Amino acid sequence: MSDNTVKNIMIVGVGGQGTLLASKLLGQVLVANGFDVKVSEVHGMSQRGGSVCTYVRYGKEVASPLIDLGEADIIVAFEALEAARYLPYLKKGGVLVTADQQIDPMPVITGVTTYPENLLEKLAACDIKLVSCDALALAEQAGSSKAVNIVLMGLLARHMDFPRQDWLDAIEAVVPARFLDMNRKAFDLAG
Amino acid sequence: MGNEAVARGLYEAGVAVVSSYPGTPSTEITEYSAEYDAMYTEWAPNEKVALEVAIGSAIAGKRAFSGMKHVGLNVAADPLYTVSYIGVNAGLVIGVADDPGMHSSQNEQDSRNHAKAAKIPMLEPASSEECLAYTKLAYDLSEQFDTPVLLRLTTRISHARSLAEVGERVEREAVPYQKDAMKYVMMPAMARPRHIAVEKRTEALVQWAETAPVNTVEWNSTDVGIITSGIAYQYAKEAMGDKASYLKLGMVYPLPEQLIREFAAKVKTLYVIEELDDFIETHCKKMGIAVHGKDTFPLCGEYSQSLIREKLLGVTPAPMKLEETLPVRPPVMCAGCPHRGVFYALNRLKTYVSGDIGCYTLGSSAPLSAIDACVCMGASVSGAHGVSKAVGTMNNKLPVAIIGDSTFIHSGVTGLINVAYNQAASVTLILDNSITGMTGHQQNPTTGLTIKGDPTTAVDLEALCKAVGIQDVTVVDPYDLPATYAAIKKAVEGTTASVIISRRPCALLKTVKHSAPLAVAADKCTGCKACLRIGCPATSMKDGKMVIDRNQCVGCGQCVSLCKFGAIGGMEA
Repeated sequence: MSDNTVKNIMIVGVGGQGTLLASKLLGQVLVANGFDVKVSEVHGMSQRGGSVCTYVRYGKEVASPLIDLGEADIIVAFEALEAARYLPYLKKGGVLVTADQQIDPMPVITGVTTYPENLLEKLAACDIKLVSCDALALAEQAGSSKAVNIVLMGLLARHMDFPRQDWLDAIEAVVPARFLDMNRKAFDLAG
Repeated sequence: MGNEAVARGLYEAGVAVVSSYPGTPSTEITEYSAEYDAMYTEWAPNEKVALEVAIGSAIAGKRAFSGMKHVGLNVAADPLYTVSYIGVNAGLVIGVADDPGMHSSQNEQDSRNHAKAAKIPMLEPASSEECLAYTKLAYDLSEQFDTPVLLRLTTRISHARSLAEVGERVEREAVPYQKDAMKYVMMPAMARPRHIAVEKRTEALVQWAETAPVNTVEWNSTDVGIITSGIAYQYAKEAMGDKASYLKLGMVYPLPEQLIREFAAKVKTLYVIEELDDFIETHCKKMGIAVHGKDTFPLCGEYSQSLIREKLLGVTPAPMKLEETLPVRPPVMCAGCPHRGVFYALNRLKTYVSGDIGCYTLGSSAPLSAIDACVCMGASVSGAHGVSKAVGTMNNKLPVAIIGDSTFIHSGVTGLINVAYNQAASVTLILDNSITGMTGHQQNPTTGLTIKGDPTTAVDLEALCKAVGIQDVTVVDPYDLPATYAAIKKAVEGTTASVIISRRPCALLKTVKHSAPLAVAADKCTGCKACLRIGCPATSMKDGKMVIDRNQCVGCGQCVSLCKFGAIGGMEA
């Protein structure tokens, strides 16, 4: 990357899915690799089951903590509808790493509207690189449905150029010791 | 995180006492402060109490801090405006976090107006690193100019993580206290000369601002000059790079004059870029400087680099988009939330519901749709009192106030005293989930634990309500939906004031043990959707039958009694 390039990664999902831990993990990896890093989070009400997004920006020097429309190099989505919602933030040709999970939002539960069909197929038809997996099943295979965030970070890691050990170190830094083995397993299952 | 850096700044500045009330986006300042044993840190019942505690410490001679969100500063405004006159003995700093874009707030006020109105200097950092440095600077200014100092943060500063260099703590001896009624006792005879001292202090601070190291100029192209502060500086820098020159103001009150004039004189077109009000812009215009501000940029909402690119460079992004309309995903009460059934009951009973600030504000959203008004913390109890005095009942039922445990202690109890004292007939529903929920689980005076997790006295809510004069106090378990419904129905159909305490810990608390997820017997489910009216995110319809997401369901059972066909039960169902 040239000297003044700033790379942008967005992590999006449903409040409570563990996006904050994922962004913390990613931030650790980037700091360990000597970048100036800004991570912007959302707390409070939006964390209660709403649509959430976290911005991670890194480079030699980062000014704004926000990522705007058409600026993201990579989006990591924890849920299919959220992947579609944040598509406008992705650069043309950017990478969309997404779980194929569907979580109905309240207007769908109450029947006011319906969950859009075949979202991943429609996303695949856009000018992007789509990488998806059944993160929930993989997380359960690792030992807990809560490890979806680490599965997705594992998938993201395969689209970035940082040594595997840096990711494992970062997992150790942000995850409680008793869940370490399970999370390491989740990280590796993404491959 | 910016808030973490402020806490580090407090530690390094030798602060002795931290007293705050939680509020997004300010909460983590105090949570991180509590991790340093060298500082005494507490959650106070509300922001007014918190600031008064900090004032006591500063008068006694130890550096002190109080942190809050923007609307919290309104609660603390009374001591704020007078401590401005008193000044300090040891340094006093008040951290206030604004929430442009209202990610988690009921209004979008700009706290800089409080600084001006209270005549208190205000610093505004633009990064985590500056959060740390400005916090320390604030204490030096406080002691140098004998003034409290405000530290303004915004969501994107408070909740953005970036690198900051840490230093060592400097332990500070207590500044000797000397009794001085002319300085510390604000009666008219003493306050008059203090007001004069405040005006002189502001003049001295303006002089300081002219050459202050936190007010910096960056010369690039002089075609465009931008005066800015805080996070807006970062957006401007991102958007304009070296296509503009910048005057970055680290102190936003009081503002320099000469420095602004000189900057303005050297640039062709001058913009002020600031979130939210036209605060710096008004100052410039008062000095007769031609400047663009809110004629170009909005008064409402958060700014961003693309907004600035669009307004100053005419560049608009052309993003990719799917053709179809995507359903919105508003925040909802969590699966297993003990508040849910209460709102279901209120929705069915159709009386006036006076809401309050906390997770239960979500009871306003469909399908529960059970809140009529929501103003500020504590306003539910007094608001229902007002409805009672104005019209007595609605739909022949008493008005209901709905309030959480922490919020009740914050400022609901004063409303309840008024209900008892002035004999209103209203029902106060205290949703006691044993924690301050929305801000992410802070202890409060009802939980029996301090911020450090140490055991302490817990307020006895039943005894408190009875002590203020409410005779009819009942406790219900909200997971028992039929009993909860019956208790609320009886209360709203009564004629006298009552309190119902709905007691069940927040489902997200780590100490709460959950039951196994429930399941739906497809052969019994008729697809009537009666259960969906409780608005649980773990429920949904698939192929005409109700299904429960076993990853979300915590087995609370609030939906079970809604099914007339007995279709909801354990996994074996």
